[in-house]
Amino acid sequence: MFDDLRDLYQEVILDHGRKPRNFRRLETPDLNARGDNPMCGDRIELFVDMDGDRIADVAFLGKGCAISTASASLMTETVRGKTAAEARDLAAHFRELAMTGACPDCGAALEEEMDRLQALSGVHEFPSRVKCATLAWHTLNTALDGGEEASSE
Amino acid sequence: MDGTVLPPVTSGALDVQKVRQDFPILATKVHGKPLVFLDSGASAQKPRAVIDAMREMFETSYANVHRGAYQLSESSTAAYEAAREAVARFLNADDAREVIFTYNSTSAINLVAHSYGRGVLKPGQAVVVTEMEHHANFVPWLMLAQDHGIELRICDVTDAGELNLEDLEAKLADGKVGLVAVTHMSNVLGTVNPAARIAAMAHAHGAKVLFDGSQAAVHRRVDVQALDADFYVFTGHKLYGPTGIGVLYGKMALLDAMPPFLGGGDMIVEVSRTGFKPAPVPAKFEAGTPPIVEAVGLHAAIDYVTGIGMDAIEAHERGLVDHAMTRLSAIEDLTLLGRARDRGGVFSFALGNAHAHDLSTLLDRVGIAVRAGRHCAEPLHVRIGHDSTCRASFGMYTTHEEVDYLAEALTSARRFFA
Repeated sequence: MFDDLRDLYQEVILDHGRKPRNFRRLETPDLNARGDNPMCGDRIELFVDMDGDRIADVAFLGKGCAISTASASLMTETVRGKTAAEARDLAAHFRELAMTGACPDCGAALEEEMDRLQALSGVHEFPSRVKCATLAWHTLNTALDGGEEASSE
Repeated sequence: MDGTVLPPVTSGALDVQKVRQDFPILATKVHGKPLVFLDSGASAQKPRAVIDAMREMFETSYANVHRGAYQLSESSTAAYEAAREAVARFLNADDAREVIFTYNSTSAINLVAHSYGRGVLKPGQAVVVTEMEHHANFVPWLMLAQDHGIELRICDVTDAGELNLEDLEAKLADGKVGLVAVTHMSNVLGTVNPAARIAAMAHAHGAKVLFDGSQAAVHRRVDVQALDADFYVFTGHKLYGPTGIGVLYGKMALLDAMPPFLGGGDMIVEVSRTGFKPAPVPAKFEAGTPPIVEAVGLHAAIDYVTGIGMDAIEAHERGLVDHAMTRLSAIEDLTLLGRARDRGGVFSFALGNAHAHDLSTLLDRVGIAVRAGRHCAEPLHVRIGHDSTCRASFGMYTTHEEVDYLAEALTSARRFFA
């Protein structure tokens, strides 16, 4: 009945949605932020440990739809080991990918990372779901800025 | 079931296929599939009678009301006031002046919270709301509590999704409650509250009662005198009418004693450099140019539903509710919120691993429009322990086949996310 939704709900999304990676609390995180989509009820809490300017560990907890959970899960896998500046670049690129389905200006520097995130590009056809995909990245930006609350409303 | 409110269903049956032909949008396709519109609880679709009445007014008889001594303004005023008379008949109000036009239910409740809440209630008094309120009947009272020294008491909801009347009685017991503000029908649980009984309980303790009829007025015949409602609000757009118009019914003695809310044109009889004299009810509460064409649209909507018969609509929807209870209850892993004995066509549910938002995306793909989220009722979602739910809500045009189609789609969606 829903076969034509497989572009949005690719197997990798369903898999990360069911079994999110890095789904745990860091007990004494260097950075910590909460993200909330008040309208749909997606909530995440993000924990980041830094090693100098590099993200040493990143994990999250929360409740949300398959898209927001999978996006947070993929994000944690993608940004671990990156510098804060690289993570911010990825966040900007991801936002463009989620909104337009492509990221022509992404360049070659983070190509491998962007390839991994490509699985979420299908959301651009679902405007009401874009913010589900971007919530984790908003929250990451907030955490890197030293803030505590993010909302993608 | 509130026997004093609901007369026996006696009128003729509703011909749902005939009704559907009156709603042009129902012929629309979504992603190539026939539209199955199950979000009427958020806003209902409009029959051609409403669309035509509004267009005709714009094309032939529109001008501002209560202002010009020329023919168009007079005919516009007559149409606007005729809408007030129609609402008064619809609610069985004693006097059409007890009908105040607002912009929606929210603005009607805010009017009461400001004017009655700040002008009549005294610091130290309490207002009772319930856990099942829409934010529209919750936040205005929170605001009143925060800046006017009014205590807010929140009546419990049982696990079955009914109002806990023992708790209501306990919250009324000390006589400090000035107003009970409660929904007549929950927009999440579908529960129809025993309004006449609640009004009697409030009155026995010296409190007034406001009913949020946003959902109920669409599905049941409402008689404000039989309910002994002090205030009753509803909105046009859920009653198959336009957006931008709502209704506040209030007992004349209460409205008379209340100070104005918004200031401006039309709500005064006299203005000087230092003061003003407010107009009598209802003009006192209708500052500025009102929603004129919207009032005419609401009038057409009321004529439409009363032409079919509120009893016939209720009977049709009771059949749908029973059918939906049977079909939805049979779906594995589906949790239905609220199992009130008296309920209307609003079904909120959670389905296994499928998040409400994912579910609504799937359903949309096969043409089904449902709402996902917290339905403007966050305190209730906390109470029932769900972050968000999907909600299917019915209108007079909803069919048994649509309920079957929803059930099939949910069964299929469960497998998709399994």
